[in-house]
Amino acid sequence: MKARRDRTGLAALAPFLWLGLFFLFPFLLVAKLSLSETALAMPPYAPRLDWSQGMAGLRAFLAGLDFETYARLTSDHLYIVAYLSSLKFAAIATFILLLLGYPLAYAMSRCTPSVRQALLMAVILPFWTSFLIRVYALIGILKPEGLLNVALRAIGLGPVSLLNTDTAIYIGLVYAYLPFMVLPLYAVLERQQHDLLEAAADLGCTPLGAFWRVTFPLSLPGVAAGSLLCFIPMVGEFVIPDLLGGSSTLMLGKTIWTEFFANRDWPAASAVAIALLFTLVLPIVLYQRQQTKLMEAGR
Amino acid sequence: MKRGLTGFNIAALVVGFGFLYLPIVLLVIYSFNASRLVTVWGGFSTRWYASLFQNQQLLDAIWVTFRVGLISATIATILGTFAAVALVRAARFRGRTLFSGMVFAPLVMPEVILGLSLLLLFVSLGLPRGFWTVTVSHATVTMCYAAVVVQARLAAFDRQLEEAAQDLGCPPFKAFFLVTLPNIAPAVAAAWMLAFTLSLDDLVIASFTSGPGATTLPMRIYSQVRLGVSPEINAVSTLLIGLVATGVVAAYLFQMRRRKTAD
Repeated sequence: MKARRDRTGLAALAPFLWLGLFFLFPFLLVAKLSLSETALAMPPYAPRLDWSQGMAGLRAFLAGLDFETYARLTSDHLYIVAYLSSLKFAAIATFILLLLGYPLAYAMSRCTPSVRQALLMAVILPFWTSFLIRVYALIGILKPEGLLNVALRAIGLGPVSLLNTDTAIYIGLVYAYLPFMVLPLYAVLERQQHDLLEAAADLGCTPLGAFWRVTFPLSLPGVAAGSLLCFIPMVGEFVIPDLLGGSSTLMLGKTIWTEFFANRDWPAASAVAIALLFTLVLPIVLYQRQQTKLMEAGR
Repeated sequence: MKRGLTGFNIAALVVGFGFLYLPIVLLVIYSFNASRLVTVWGGFSTRWYASLFQNQQLLDAIWVTFRVGLISATIATILGTFAAVALVRAARFRGRTLFSGMVFAPLVMPEVILGLSLLLLFVSLGLPRGFWTVTVSHATVTMCYAAVVVQARLAAFDRQLEEAAQDLGCPPFKAFFLVTLPNIAPAVAAAWMLAFTLSLDDLVIASFTSGPGATTLPMRIYSQVRLGVSPEINAVSTLLIGLVATGVVAAYLFQMRRRKTAD
């Protein structure tokens, strides 16, 4: 028995090496570059680590690191604003997603099993459909001469100009991430034992009271999973602010993209990425622990 | 107890699904619009589909995207299945926490960070950016999704079947291939499909890691979308949505039938 268990771990070898090389190692490169001298050109950037010189090379490398890029980021208020507004966009959008996604997941869980299967399928389908195309579909609706204004004019309301505003970003975030919120919520709500509600009713609890005292508290793991699953990627979202937001919209994902592609300032892009990563480490660890717990509970 | 739907439940379903589907439905409808103006209905026409097949740049991008998707999804499924086996079966091995962290993190990590870090890797290795760098990048990210899909199925699989095979003298490795793998095959297929679709859809990571001559379809769509909404993009989007929807619905029906025959 023991020998067999030990060998199962070997299955991890290939994916472990692959992820180590293509996922973990690159982050060290990003961290290193963020501490390199700013140069508006292609790499190599100083300092370079010369392994052939051993400890002396390492010392020279460490001495060459400088925090100039980070100092620049903290002194430039544009970066600070981008950082704070990313968090604000993601937090508010997560809240709206909960308000919209919870009733939807709850209603789905109350349908008959065959309807439930079909509805689940209908939530999963947009999840498989291209993110870019779904955001693009919103442009045609939100733009000044778009379908929303055509519809509004038909019922006699004035035109609204939504594209390139913060409102458009919220609509885009909620639209694109709704399946990610509904699926974990539905997963917990569907598993819930209905005798619990019956027991609550027998003990004289009103349906609404039973919801608040039984259903909702039991669904909190799903609320946490859905919120983290939406919040984390939304903080670094690029496509939505870029296509739906205005030129003055500042979000970190867009900042990294602009620094990299437009300004060709690789150290700045790396430093922003590291700052974003540090912000997200805690939510990512929470998410991972939650997933592991859910998996073990499901076993 | 009665489990009927209240008015509020029905309203939630209508609003939720209306919101999810209305933009896509409108996009599909307007891809058949004869008028170049996106909001003016000029009659039914398939002219944008015809002009699509004249657009060599778009066709090249589709070809690149499919090749990247096929190769990266295959690598991702193999590595992801191994990762799932390790996560479900091996209770402890050196670096297990780090490993499960590396499998889960790319699922939520903003794509901009993944793209930037992979690009820096390829630059520091001196690899020219192009087809293979995109393929490797996609395999890296999608293998984590594949691992999660296979893991769920593997956790539900009754291990005693495999142990019975071993008791009957089957070596562990062979027992895995003869007993376990056929049982988790639907999940492995679903993992491949998910990896392929994710690769097909990806814009951000491809933009960072691609080079000249390896422009993928999302990159092409993105550069045209920046110039404005065009009926041709509606047409290519409709084709993509149709392809994905057919695949997902077919897989779903197949699964339903299997479940029915199993009952």
